[in-house]
Amino acid sequence: MTLKTEPFVVNIGPQHPSTHGVFRLRTTLDGEVIVDVEPIFGYLHRGIEKLAEERTYGGIIPLTDRLDYLASMSNNMGYCMAVEKLAGIEVPERAEYLRVILAELQRIASHLIGVGAFFNDLGAMMTPIVYMIREREKIVDLFEMLCGQRLTYNFMRFGGLSQDIPEEFLPALRKFLDQMPRFIDEYDQLLMDNEIVLARSKDVGVLPAETAINISASGPVLRGSGVKWDIRKADPYSVYDRFEFDIPTGTAGDAYDRYRVKVEEMRQSLRIIEQAVAQLPGGPFRSKVPFLVRPPVGEAYAHIESARGDLGFYLVSDNSIAPYRFHVRAPSLINLTALREMLIGWKVADAIIIFGSIDIVMGEVDR
Amino acid sequence: MKFDHFGIGIAKGMAVTLKNLFRRPVTVQYPEQRLNTSRRIRGNELVWSKEKCTGCATCAKACPQGVINIETSANPDNNKYEVKKYEVDTGYCIFCALCVEACPFNALYMGYDYERARYRRGELVQSRDMMTETPEKHVSGYFFPDRAASLPLQTLLVEKITEEE
Repeated sequence: MTLKTEPFVVNIGPQHPSTHGVFRLRTTLDGEVIVDVEPIFGYLHRGIEKLAEERTYGGIIPLTDRLDYLASMSNNMGYCMAVEKLAGIEVPERAEYLRVILAELQRIASHLIGVGAFFNDLGAMMTPIVYMIREREKIVDLFEMLCGQRLTYNFMRFGGLSQDIPEEFLPALRKFLDQMPRFIDEYDQLLMDNEIVLARSKDVGVLPAETAINISASGPVLRGSGVKWDIRKADPYSVYDRFEFDIPTGTAGDAYDRYRVKVEEMRQSLRIIEQAVAQLPGGPFRSKVPFLVRPPVGEAYAHIESARGDLGFYLVSDNSIAPYRFHVRAPSLINLTALREMLIGWKVADAIIIFGSIDIVMGEVDR
Repeated sequence: MKFDHFGIGIAKGMAVTLKNLFRRPVTVQYPEQRLNTSRRIRGNELVWSKEKCTGCATCAKACPQGVINIETSANPDNNKYEVKKYEVDTGYCIFCALCVEACPFNALYMGYDYERARYRRGELVQSRDMMTETPEKHVSGYFFPDRAASLPLQTLLVEKITEEE
């Protein structure tokens, strides 16, 4: 005898601990199985792109902190690179190296939260994320030493950095670099071979490489599917062409691969920082830039590999002190479009894991 | 899904948890125990120097939020501007410190103190008298490396919990 069933609509979010912000998933369920998904976002919309049109170029830097609030340094860097391209500002060597060090530290900090939150969603309630937040705290301490804030750094300026690093920064960074590989090994020992983790995340939420390319996904989501694509190698910016590092990729494109890619990326970031610290030159930390930047009429686009993927900033100038148009290519938003492909056919409990594995930040999605 | 050695992974993970059980705690009990903040902290008790300020309002132009309210009047005796009113609404301030960087006369500093919570929004507006620099006021070293050098070193977690090996 077969029971007669009918689809049932369940809203996950906007306020839900596993949606990583205010995000709503309208799922249509057949029993436990998801038959249709409609992601609804816009609950954190602050109109940053429009606000930017009314502010001076320098005043937009604090706004970019609030896009991807887990990786403010990367956002600062991408925006400053776009303005430097637009106005033709030179960046000194020392500033470029320091930017690379900070961007890579930020990638580690962001991935620690990404991986920790993924395990939180998976049901490893609190233990992994608390260990990872402890290590992130060390990075946040270093950033606090530089710029006095712990989340919204507002540290980079056009043509360099706002201030030089204090003398106590490099010894502290050295200590961090010595400690961190051991902690990453410890996380692997805790989680990598855990049978529950394997059973729940292997072959769950498979994103085929072709689909990932078609929706122009980037970052760990794309690399987890086995596509070797990293802006740091594909379109080298700053001084990334001077460092040796690998691009870790997954094979199956499942939630487990996306987690592994993030962990391997942390190791590669440590490798880049080691090389950058060894090569760090002296000299000025900022080139002479006027207080109000007036770029010539034109447009510029600069993109970087942020923790979440290909983060791009597009600016149009009309030769005034504020941009005519400011647009952000947010990797989280574009990775989010892969969600529907991944979720259909899985159960609700798996949906939470798949959503956690793509590691989005709502501040960037809604802007 | 099949496993090669069922239970080994969980046992390995438990070893890590056990190791962490014997580590020193990293948290502090805040109001009683305090850590030294960064020397460059952008604290919310802003400090303004009455002597150095010329009333040029560069800070107000640099402020992305537009929270600095400055009123000046010309003094006919010495041909200088007098600051009549200087207010920062810290309820809207985002503590980006762009005003401090913009000031050409080094007349504005971020505060080293950070506990300035109030019960009413109106009390968050810092007036000229509240911000005027006095010897008792703690000034942050943000953008002023010589001032930073005299402040206590920041407590770092990397130094605090190095494991005994």
